[in-house]
Amino acid sequence: MILIQLSYFAAAVLFILGLKRMSSPKTARGGIVWAGAGMVVATIATFFMPDMHNYGLMLLAILIGGGAAWYTGKKVAMTDMPQMIAIYNGMGGGAAAAIAAVELLKGTFASQSFLTLAVLGALIGSVAFSGSMVAFAKLQGLMKKSFLFPGQQKINMVVFAAALVFGLILISSGSTGGFPLFMFFALALAFGIMMTLPIGGADMPVVISLYNALTSLAVAFEGFVLGNAAMIIAGTVVGSAGTLLTQLMARAMNRPISNVLFSGFGATGGEASAEDAGGTMKEIDASDAAVMMAYASKVIIVPGYGMAVAQAQHKVWEFCKLLEEKGVTVKFAIHPVAGRMPGHMNVLLAEAGVPYDKIYDLEEINAEFPTADVALIIGANDVVNPVARTDPNSPIYGMPILDSDKAKDVIVVKRGRGTGFSGIENALFYLDNTRMLYGDGQEVAGKLIQEVKQL
Amino acid sequence: MIEGFTALYIFMLAAFTGYEVIGRVPVILHTPLMSGSNFVHGIVLVGAMVAMGHASTDLERFIGFLGVMLAAGNAVGGYVVTERMLEMFKSSKEPAK
Repeated sequence: MILIQLSYFAAAVLFILGLKRMSSPKTARGGIVWAGAGMVVATIATFFMPDMHNYGLMLLAILIGGGAAWYTGKKVAMTDMPQMIAIYNGMGGGAAAAIAAVELLKGTFASQSFLTLAVLGALIGSVAFSGSMVAFAKLQGLMKKSFLFPGQQKINMVVFAAALVFGLILISSGSTGGFPLFMFFALALAFGIMMTLPIGGADMPVVISLYNALTSLAVAFEGFVLGNAAMIIAGTVVGSAGTLLTQLMARAMNRPISNVLFSGFGATGGEASAEDAGGTMKEIDASDAAVMMAYASKVIIVPGYGMAVAQAQHKVWEFCKLLEEKGVTVKFAIHPVAGRMPGHMNVLLAEAGVPYDKIYDLEEINAEFPTADVALIIGANDVVNPVARTDPNSPIYGMPILDSDKAKDVIVVKRGRGTGFSGIENALFYLDNTRMLYGDGQEVAGKLIQEVKQL
Repeated sequence: MIEGFTALYIFMLAAFTGYEVIGRVPVILHTPLMSGSNFVHGIVLVGAMVAMGHASTDLERFIGFLGVMLAAGNAVGGYVVTERMLEMFKSSKEPAK
């Protein structure tokens, strides 16, 4: 028994050190390995717990769950990372809820406070489970629309309240199982689905991060119920870390969390400013664009999710290397919410081989745009829309943006003339110093490479 | 069992630890770190194993089985995707191995 406790202790230390290492680019790689070692130690130790049964089934479950996750995790494309995080996170929430369900069926709790924690953990875990599954379905494109109907928030509140009532019945009756237990879980799961349905795709990262924090909390609560120190420490540590991350993301998007959860953005507002953008869009072809950049002294590239969808990041990086050979300074400017999550674009660029010291945050790069000859915008839209600075009526007003409009020239690579993810017209496209380069991101980058090579 | 105020103290200290540990994380690591913290709460696997190990009825065994399966998915999947993401971070000064 002392050995098991020692292993749990070691696991907790490894988790904290691993997370610490993961928060700096230099040591990040080692961090996940440390945390992984902690997980292996804790899992093996658990097999030696006294009075355990069902080992065969347990191993089978680990093999099925672990095997499926291993396979999908290895296969998934980098662009699809956010929804994979969502689904794995949801599984964790479901597991926490399952632990609570088993304990509640048994109904033998050391004290009333443990029973309460079990019920709370079950509620949070269930919501995180079903909510994450909806988030996954939305990002995966299985579910296209936002479901909005009048009085939705009120109905959601009623469902939540009903789940709470059944939870209270469980607590006061000392959990006798049966009907209240069933209703409690059904309502909690339903609430998770209903709460996530109206949220638009653009806000999903914040929601996933929130569910991540919730799952951690559920894990910590069930850890108290089982008297399992590793679960308590790990759950609480990542619970607070996840809450902080959620806040950081919401702040980067300039949207309070309450706003994300209760507004249904992207489905309602945002059509207004279509006409008043004014002016015309001016086209440019690839050879002119290539000349402009090859003879510039500084080019700042603003990549967006559109580039990732077109799988253009490798070509773009190849193009950058050619420019650098010609003595052009090339920098990448990343908006905090570029891609589908803060940091997602960095991962995608890293995949293409772009070193991370060429990549700059919004705060670092914004002062440099006035000194840049060309800002090349590839598949980004809302994050460079100057109406966020100027038009108080715009739904994205106040969101920090990359000031690419301040560069001497702006080249926008775009597939078509439509609006971006949020459906808001972009005033940048109509500026005098902006040129549009239409085409698929990968094709355009390929053409640019050819043109530069010929110079 | 960890009870009463001891539990509360552990909870508080662990919460502060989490906050401090990632307090100054650069934006470029937000996604990998979220994925990493997602992996760490895969420790729920340990609890699911205990719950299943002590299950005595068929219903408990079934739910326990589901729990272990989901938890293993959380832990393994979380590890694989985090590792894949972090593997790619390199500096221009120290090119790929």
